[in-house]
Amino acid sequence: MIEVVSLPPLATIQDLGRDGYWKQGLGRAGAMNRMAHSLANLMLGNDATAATLEIPLSPASFKFTKRCAFALVGGACDAHLDDRILPRAFAGVAEAGQTLNLGPITNGAQVYLALAGGINVPQILGSFSTQLRENFGGFEGRVLAANDQLEPCASDMPVLPKLGLSLALPSPKRLGDTDIVLRAVPSSEHDSFSATAQAAFWSEAYTVTAQSNRQGYRLEGTELDRQTTGELRSHGIVPGIVQVPGGGQPIVQLADSATMGGYPKIAAVIEQDLWRIGQARPSDRLRFEKVTLAEAAQAAKDEDLLMDQYRKDLAAMTQQMMGWN
Amino acid sequence: MSATRLSMIGSRAVLFEVDCPFDLTHQERIWALTHAASTWDGVLESVPGMTNLTLLLDHVPQDLDRIERDLCDLWNTGKRHEVDGKLLEIDLTYGGSGGPHLAEVAQMTDMTIDQVIKLHSASDYTVYAVGSHAGYCYLGGLDPRLETPRRKVPLPRLPGGSLSVAGLQTGVSASAGPSGWNTIGSAEVSFFDPNKPQPALLQPGDRIRFLPKEVIA
Repeated sequence: MIEVVSLPPLATIQDLGRDGYWKQGLGRAGAMNRMAHSLANLMLGNDATAATLEIPLSPASFKFTKRCAFALVGGACDAHLDDRILPRAFAGVAEAGQTLNLGPITNGAQVYLALAGGINVPQILGSFSTQLRENFGGFEGRVLAANDQLEPCASDMPVLPKLGLSLALPSPKRLGDTDIVLRAVPSSEHDSFSATAQAAFWSEAYTVTAQSNRQGYRLEGTELDRQTTGELRSHGIVPGIVQVPGGGQPIVQLADSATMGGYPKIAAVIEQDLWRIGQARPSDRLRFEKVTLAEAAQAAKDEDLLMDQYRKDLAAMTQQMMGWN
Repeated sequence: MSATRLSMIGSRAVLFEVDCPFDLTHQERIWALTHAASTWDGVLESVPGMTNLTLLLDHVPQDLDRIERDLCDLWNTGKRHEVDGKLLEIDLTYGGSGGPHLAEVAQMTDMTIDQVIKLHSASDYTVYAVGSHAGYCYLGGLDPRLETPRRKVPLPRLPGGSLSVAGLQTGVSASAGPSGWNTIGSAEVSFFDPNKPQPALLQPGDRIRFLPKEVIA
């Protein structure tokens, strides 16, 4: 059991999202950084679909009221369990009375806290995720606040090394690149943008502005102008879509995206790179790389292989541990 | 024959659009397409928009021409899905703090406030699509005389139950959120209940009738 001492304003319970209600207007929600969320779960032997706590930016503090296994994965935030410095991906056991402190995030945008078996919240419409606009799901349909208590679903302790477990996280940036590169496919109105706009979009960096949240990130860079005007009829949109309103500055829709919209769409970021945007914070720079559908399909396979490798490595570790006991 | 177009809106999401008149007859053809496509292999969800259709797929598609051809062939059959939907009557308060732009809309449309209310509540509206936020209904049937431009500066937070107009569209928001439309009234109605097996109150083809209960001018 863990008690919230302090938290940034928008910490919510999330999982991999709520699918199947798009035609009733309900967006997917779910973790902004699915990679970190999933790894936090896997390190405790949970399914990737178990509920975690998503903590965006600012500092946070928790107190363990009972002995409890936990995992903490995500941005660099100078995390401490009492005096002990924790790595960026850690799973271990805290004793009753210990304090988990997270400092300001210096790299990345959120941290995920997982408990054994998942954080215990009711499943609604097939998911544990919080729907912030509709006020349901997650922890009483709301953001977490001081004095809230989080309980693990499992009472058994997962198999973990005595001093805890750490692993290497994939980097959102490519080696030697200062920008986060996002692979994307051209979308519906791509060809109606001017040649200069298209060239700028696929080569120049766009900066994440402060007007960025779980719904979407507003970007700033070379203005993207269209050769045609006129309003579009409302149509479906999904997380990853890059819309360009009249002002010419792009918006990337993310986890809490609406299900329908009306702005022109220049590109769609592939699902496998959404966690990279999730790691971006205001003033970080994003660049878009055009890929084919074949490359997008390959990216999905690559991600499956990577997650399988993590699962295998963790299973091998557990096997060894059991052998020693 | 209308021009059609298929495009990617996500690595596993495609949008099929038809360049056709914006009316119930054509929307009924979109619903027919929606139902047919929802049974196809590889389609997770089939979602109607305003004379367009979004398909959420289980894999990154590799043959867009094939999907486009299948959808086009179906569209060109002209098959319509007529819905004998339910009628929801909604008591409305026009104007006041829940409808801050009523006077402006009257001014923009060159009508009196009474005329705006009479015209807006004169006929039934059909739910063309459900989306944007949970349970929100895109309605067809607004009198063209009530057409207004979207607001230059959107309101950052409008309460749920707000009745708005913009372009040839009108609707009642299902939960609090930002809005760039002109808000002319308010209602107390719950459009989405996650505890029900069918959480959205209305589905495409259902109808709404607005009953003016109070006018605060």
